[in-house]
Amino acid sequence: MLKQEIAGILEAARERGWVLEPEAKRLFTLAGFEAPRSALVRGGDEAAAAAAELGYPLVAKVVSPAVLHKTEVAGVAVGIESEERLRAEVERLGAIEGCEAVLVEQMVRGIELIVGGKIDRQFGPVVLLGLGGVGVEIYSDTAIRMAPLEERDVESMIAGIRGGKILDGYRGQAGVDRAKLAELVTGFSRLLMEMQERIESIDLNPVICTPERCIIADARIMLAGGAPARKLR
Amino acid sequence: MDFRALFEPRTMAVVGVSLSNERHPANVVFNKNFFRYPLTVYAVNPRGGMYHKEPVYRSIAEIPEKVDLVLIAVRADQVPRVLRECIDNWVGAAAVISGGFGEAGRHDLQRQLVDLAAQADFPIIGPNCLGVYSAGNVDSFFLPSERMVQPEPGNVAVVSQSGGILVDQMIKFAYQGVGMSRAVSIGNKAAVNELDLLKFFARDQRTDVIAFYIEGFGPGEGREFVTAASRCPKPVIVMKAGKSAEGVRAVSSHTASIAGDHAVFSSVMRQFGVAEAESEYEMVSFCESLSCYPRGIEGRVGIVTASGGHGAVAVDICSAAGLSVPELSAEAQARIRQRLSESVQTIASLSNPLDLTGSSRDDDFVVAAGELSAMPEIDCILVLLLPYIPEVTSDVGARLSRFYRTGGKPIVAYVPHVDKYRMIIEGFQLNRVPVSNSIEGAVMMVEAMRRNRPC
Repeated sequence: MLKQEIAGILEAARERGWVLEPEAKRLFTLAGFEAPRSALVRGGDEAAAAAAELGYPLVAKVVSPAVLHKTEVAGVAVGIESEERLRAEVERLGAIEGCEAVLVEQMVRGIELIVGGKIDRQFGPVVLLGLGGVGVEIYSDTAIRMAPLEERDVESMIAGIRGGKILDGYRGQAGVDRAKLAELVTGFSRLLMEMQERIESIDLNPVICTPERCIIADARIMLAGGAPARKLR
Repeated sequence: MDFRALFEPRTMAVVGVSLSNERHPANVVFNKNFFRYPLTVYAVNPRGGMYHKEPVYRSIAEIPEKVDLVLIAVRADQVPRVLRECIDNWVGAAAVISGGFGEAGRHDLQRQLVDLAAQADFPIIGPNCLGVYSAGNVDSFFLPSERMVQPEPGNVAVVSQSGGILVDQMIKFAYQGVGMSRAVSIGNKAAVNELDLLKFFARDQRTDVIAFYIEGFGPGEGREFVTAASRCPKPVIVMKAGKSAEGVRAVSSHTASIAGDHAVFSSVMRQFGVAEAESEYEMVSFCESLSCYPRGIEGRVGIVTASGGHGAVAVDICSAAGLSVPELSAEAQARIRQRLSESVQTIASLSNPLDLTGSSRDDDFVVAAGELSAMPEIDCILVLLLPYIPEVTSDVGARLSRFYRTGGKPIVAYVPHVDKYRMIIEGFQLNRVPVSNSIEGAVMMVEAMRRNRPC
């Protein structure tokens, strides 16, 4: 059974066809996953107050029902180290079409992965794991499995990714905690099974992995019935 | 569902036999079974009469004994009536070869067929199909016997959505010397689909390998299919068509964009150890390979050759396919070397590939394969046999197969397929060692064994 709060988040977004990032992250936090500490702000003063609480460096992102892919409208600012830059970025993001608020959150550094889910017509819920980030469709270095998954499925997915070696640490960059990653992917696959009636696909991109933890840095949930995709940018 | 009546009928009725048109599909089916198969065949036509000095029955009910299999070749709108007759008269199964159902927009007629099948738990193959072929039992394909090429009776069952592809596969099986147990063309698969046949063949004593030509699964059917395939103790092979017809939907997430129908299909098949063949040629090779060796391997290949060139080519193809060719230890090489015949001891190169040279004889191949078979780092042996080497004889296949037959590792052989070398080829094939006529094909057979293992 889906937790009532989770069902509520999906229900509230039904009209729009997809779940905005802050709500999507709240959903995953409710389900036991980890997201960066964050605050929703409107304007520079609120941003500065949030920064005092969260600490630098920060990331700021546009929250707009008109923007599905934020990077395509320069809707993400990373590596914000000062109040001056924070105020400037919040002002800039606020001018993007449909902006309701700006999401300010702690910046996490690590290896960027994509963990995705889709309800396939022939096979039902399937999970995708691969190297993440903006170029994910260009590299297309991913592995796909039918959900639900067990830990050994995740190991075999990593073995099937060409760039999977990066996960063990490469040229001075730290690797990832494989057990934590397996926990995240298997947990995600179970949640996907539970939500299969209501959703179409999910991108957790990136999931940022460090030697200690795996954090969902961005989440997009497309609902069943389909978003009016052509209206979106 | 019980399909025994479909594959091993003692009695069969053909509905729609014409008294005026000898080329009518029903007549073709009646004739080939009447003259060539060990079963009693009854002709049915509402007008009655005589055909081949036998009475033509006006209905199934008139036939004096219980009918196991009814083949229906009448107009689509007559089919529900005939099916009801079958059910009322305790017929075992039916195959509807008539078209004019869902594929022609008559979803109402197809619905009636599905409902009848479900209510009576009655197996109906088709409609819009060729029906069933069971080696030595029955053949419902409406193709004249003299036009068809029949493979040897064997242990591979083939299920195909397309009748044409199925008949073609039979030709290719015959050409490559692969044996077939049953073949089913399921057409519109209205009542009996891939999953039902998978479950039946999983228990069929005549079948050891189950191969499918699939155009598409219905909603959720793919999940049921792979779940059943992973529980099936026999190798399952699929070939999927229509992979390029990817929907041009507006895709708004990265995941939906990357995980298209094709990518998901191939990934899930691999996950559940269903061997996906990419082409018709691969399909036949996979069937041959897995009908000899039904288990999966990791893919660590030991290569035995009489020519360095063949070895080098094979290594390239193996590594391109992601199969490994592990180097043998100096110790293992020394052990093998002292067991080889004197003439090759000093010239053989044994690091893997094991190049026994053109001076090698049967004994050397046997020693090399036997040693590889005992090594934990090797799980499959590829023998590149050059039949023109003077000291190699036609006994070599039977001798090499001994290792596999005594619980050892699978062996795949390459032998050029020309009539001159037939005895050598049969020496392998009769002893359940798959043989390919190209090095690529032989590596493909090794690949089949690897895909027969979940990952």
